[in-house]
Amino acid sequence: MQALHIKAKELLESGRVRVIIGYGEGSSGRVRPVFIRNVSEAEKLVWDNRCKQNLAVYLLKPEIKKIGMPAIVATPAAVMSIVQLISENQLKNGDLVALAIEDDSVTEISDDVSLETYVQSHPVIFPPSVKEEIRTIAEKSLQDRLKYWQDELSRCIKCYACRVACPLCYCERCITDVNQPQWVCVASHLQGNFEWHMNRAMHLAGRCIECGSCTLACPVGIPIGLITIEASRVVEKEFGQKPGLRCNAPSAMSTFKVEDVETFIK
Amino acid sequence: MNDQSKIITHDNLLKFLDALRTSGKDLYAPQRKAQKTFFLPVDNVQSIVFDYVQTTESPKALLFPKVERLISYEYVDGQVQVMDHAESRKVNECILFGSRPCDAVALKTLADFFSRDVPDVFMQQRHDALTIISISCTKKDENCFCTSVGTSPGDTTGSDILLTPVEESRYYAEVLTEKGRALVDALPEYFEISGPVEKEKYVAKLENVFSSEEITRRLSKAFDDPMWNDASLRCLGCGTCAYVCPVCSCFDIQDEGNNKRGDRLRCWDSCGFALFTLHTSGHNPRPTQSERWRQRLMHKFSYMPEKYDLLGCVGCGRCSRACPVDMNMKEQLEEIVAEIKAI
Repeated sequence: MQALHIKAKELLESGRVRVIIGYGEGSSGRVRPVFIRNVSEAEKLVWDNRCKQNLAVYLLKPEIKKIGMPAIVATPAAVMSIVQLISENQLKNGDLVALAIEDDSVTEISDDVSLETYVQSHPVIFPPSVKEEIRTIAEKSLQDRLKYWQDELSRCIKCYACRVACPLCYCERCITDVNQPQWVCVASHLQGNFEWHMNRAMHLAGRCIECGSCTLACPVGIPIGLITIEASRVVEKEFGQKPGLRCNAPSAMSTFKVEDVETFIK
Repeated sequence: MNDQSKIITHDNLLKFLDALRTSGKDLYAPQRKAQKTFFLPVDNVQSIVFDYVQTTESPKALLFPKVERLISYEYVDGQVQVMDHAESRKVNECILFGSRPCDAVALKTLADFFSRDVPDVFMQQRHDALTIISISCTKKDENCFCTSVGTSPGDTTGSDILLTPVEESRYYAEVLTEKGRALVDALPEYFEISGPVEKEKYVAKLENVFSSEEITRRLSKAFDDPMWNDASLRCLGCGTCAYVCPVCSCFDIQDEGNNKRGDRLRCWDSCGFALFTLHTSGHNPRPTQSERWRQRLMHKFSYMPEKYDLLGCVGCGRCSRACPVDMNMKEQLEEIVAEIKAI
């Protein structure tokens, strides 16, 4: 952690960055996002295995952008999100400094090439329990799978914590907030919950970098990330493209090629 | 009330609940799901849990469901039929078991809030049909602050029966209202008459860290305080805090339907959303999260007490526990006391 504090001080002191987006001690033994703007606060930064939330979500928040050049304490998932955001023209070379920490040494990553190199050597690995969950659900019959999701999604209260916790859910006006006309059912009944989560899944298909922040954020314990993870897996299988690996990759779901075979058109 | 003070053993409590469950009433009690605790309909009293400090969601949905159908229309044989559910529906008798004293205070606040000016029939029907059996808190955590907002771990306000765990898996039962008495009188075999019980000996001790009056006083000068911006930087603007809160009552009216049939619905809404105050013109009077976070605090601790003589918070701590970025209500209120100068 000492190396992080030294790096943070150095970055702030030199004026290269205005704010360090990182983790700090929170309440009840939790860590929370902190925004360090003064050298005197640099030692508030924390780095340990509690630091799971994907902080890349703050890179596009207007209030944070207003502060100025950011450095971000980045987990491998956060770096992947940054790469994906660059590929979607939401960030560009030089917009930020990512701080990757390993064995108490801090590496600055800021240009496209080093970001890509980093994600290649640091794949996002989620716990075996997630793999197991995906497998169990995939093995269910279509009817049982529907029943499983009906049971899970009936608990959804449409707080949209999944949306706000996701670095790739950055639309200035989310489709569910477009109300002239209202496209997605507002009510949090089962149909409304399905409509919302299906929309989110479709919009994140091929873009979800599998950080699990949505699942982590869900107050009612729905493993909601499994849907977008699976949707991205399908895109990878069908189009051979995994998100978050290349800064100039076209988006599989919004790119058209004349040689695309469209067997689904009968 | 002494003649209404009784003792019930844990075994008899489960039998009592089972008898209530099979009497045709709806019974909701804390049960586990996805490693969290929710008030769920009870199929088997053995699945009721007792070892929680506080449930994940509040019991407010029993009075103020996340979706309430207000009116419906249907096109039948060339005629449009309109159904006003306030008149046509029948609300089943419901028993809420295992709420905390702060929850019972919150449900009373919610009912009072919806009965000012024009009483809300939907709320009233549900409130009339609800009997609340609360359990005093013997445990607390660092998010609890009920004593700072005028309630306490053994507060009887709003409950119909309050159970306080005492020695040997027994509960001291205070039967507080006619509704509570009706339940006990129908099944007297499970209760024993009790002598005086020193309740305070058994309930959790919670230090008073501030007074809500002080917060209200300070907030009246705090609208333009720079503190709001810093305090809300990490807030991501979801509705979690509002939706787990037992007092938050903002709603949105939505019409859903087609040319054959449709419903008018009352849905939960939250001041934390940008859309909440977005005008048709495109102007938003609360353009950033800072104004929205301020609104949440102001509404609960300034506007509600000043306009309606009600406090919008009971110190249950759910918002702090559920927040994905650890926005902590108690901590924020302590900061207000420390940083904003009183008048």
